[in-house]
Amino acid sequence: MKEIVVISGKGGTGKTSITASFAALAKGKAIVADCDVDAADLHLLLDPDRKRQVPFFSGHTALVNSERCTGCGRCVTLCRFGAIRDSANGICEVDPIACEGCGVCVRFCPSEAITFQENRCGDWYVSSTRFGTMVHARLGIAAENSGRLVTLVRTEAKRLAEEQQARYVLIDGSPGIGCPVIASLTAAQLAVIVIEPTVSGVHDLRRIAGLTRQLGVSSIVCVNKWDINPAMTETIRRFTETEGIGFAGTVRYDHVVTAAQRAGKAVVEFSEGPVAEDITGVWLQVNAYPGSPKIS
Amino acid sequence: MRIAIASGKGGTGKTTVAANLAYLLGVQGKAVRYIDCDVEEPNGHLFLHPTMTSEFPATIPVPVIDEKKCVACGECVRFCEYKALVRLGKTVMVFPELCHGCGGCTLLCPHQAISEQARDIGSVQTGNAGPVGFTHGMLRVGEAMSPPLIRSVLATAAPEPVVIIDAPPGTTCPVIAAITGVDFVLLVTEPTPFGLNDLGLALSMVRELGIPHGVVVNRADSGNTTAEAYCEQRNVPILARIPDDRHIAEAYSRGEMIITAVPGVSDYFEALWLAVQETVAA
Repeated sequence: MKEIVVISGKGGTGKTSITASFAALAKGKAIVADCDVDAADLHLLLDPDRKRQVPFFSGHTALVNSERCTGCGRCVTLCRFGAIRDSANGICEVDPIACEGCGVCVRFCPSEAITFQENRCGDWYVSSTRFGTMVHARLGIAAENSGRLVTLVRTEAKRLAEEQQARYVLIDGSPGIGCPVIASLTAAQLAVIVIEPTVSGVHDLRRIAGLTRQLGVSSIVCVNKWDINPAMTETIRRFTETEGIGFAGTVRYDHVVTAAQRAGKAVVEFSEGPVAEDITGVWLQVNAYPGSPKIS
Repeated sequence: MRIAIASGKGGTGKTTVAANLAYLLGVQGKAVRYIDCDVEEPNGHLFLHPTMTSEFPATIPVPVIDEKKCVACGECVRFCEYKALVRLGKTVMVFPELCHGCGGCTLLCPHQAISEQARDIGSVQTGNAGPVGFTHGMLRVGEAMSPPLIRSVLATAAPEPVVIIDAPPGTTCPVIAAITGVDFVLLVTEPTPFGLNDLGLALSMVRELGIPHGVVVNRADSGNTTAEAYCEQRNVPILARIPDDRHIAEAYSRGEMIITAVPGVSDYFEALWLAVQETVAA
């Protein structure tokens, strides 16, 4: 079983469209996981039929009991996140969005007036789709701890892959290089980095490639909309050579990609045209590329 | 006035809108600062080409254990919500990258065995990009926690009366750190199923936070009115439409400011600024 994570550094480069096509091309041999839990979109193409729903609890939020609070202000002084203030009526008040759930106020309140409540941050699901099983999630509004949710989604996808003897776990990752990205990449076999040939794309590629190297995850680059700037595409190809990372090929700029998205389909099932051929070529390269050794 | 540019979905054109709007105002002689809060992948500097005049590290306080005083009682380990402290035999180990810097362990240690040390998570740089004040944060590669760095970036002096904040994508902690306390949020979307799905998430977020907001439709094509219908249904004003134009995409790919590189584009931004002012005033 090979765990392939599609990431990008910069957002909006075509990760999800490409992941959906990979899922179609894997022909039922993949478990698909949407680890972009902050702004999940893969379900719009895969139309999952939910079979299982599990609530996701993570962290705590402080709550002041107004009957016990004496308004001494100790919690206001100790909170490093600016999440507690004195309200007009002399009682301390927690801003649940700013609260980091550290528990300092709960512990040090001299009147024991603060309780700690577990947060329900969202739900995760196991669903069936026309390409096979999918694990995905929905975070609550302004919720936290997406890294922990990413880890849960990934762990379940891997468990199902072993159970179903799937060949791949295909992961749609999130943009950036922070907590959710690290959670989706750690100990994966291969990162497919989808970028556009723009100054931002190149800048962000350097940072995300730095991260995959630090984490010891083998990576391969795919340039989307390559013909927007052919010279920049060539710069990127040379960058992959000097860095010793893979180059999976290019995908052209084509309105078929948006049309497929509007139709709720993967590009390779919507069209047999040139852009579908481009993506199929990239999938073959990704498949042939040696991943990092599996850590079990 | 502090205006944040956010989106939910990545790659919808936040940086393009934020950098070009700031530049337009600067050229018109207004005192304006652009602040890049997408500290994981900051890109504004690639378009505004600032000259940096100062840099300082952003740090969070993390515990250091004095082994001579620590008796491995485990009080701190039980307290830490982030599992940043672990007892191994007769010692306590710190995993600084998991620490949120709340200071609880230092306060509660019965043997006063814990002190704090600043840990670098990235840097904040400030300078000027021609007529525009410029600030950005750069998260250290491998560092998971961006919100404390975003808060450092925003705590840095911004004397200009107009501040344009380029927010990170998504709808969780980093975005919330970037848009808390702003006067207005401009949500940039594109008229695709992904764009509108994520616009919906971003709308719920700004409504939860109670911040006034409006929408910019980027890559709008003339025949498609899905974004218009979507926003009308939810009673959100569309303040500007930037057309889907390959010239804009190409200029962007080269790192150019689209208001100067592509004829006619500055009109969209002038209209956007008027609409923002009218919406904020109303």
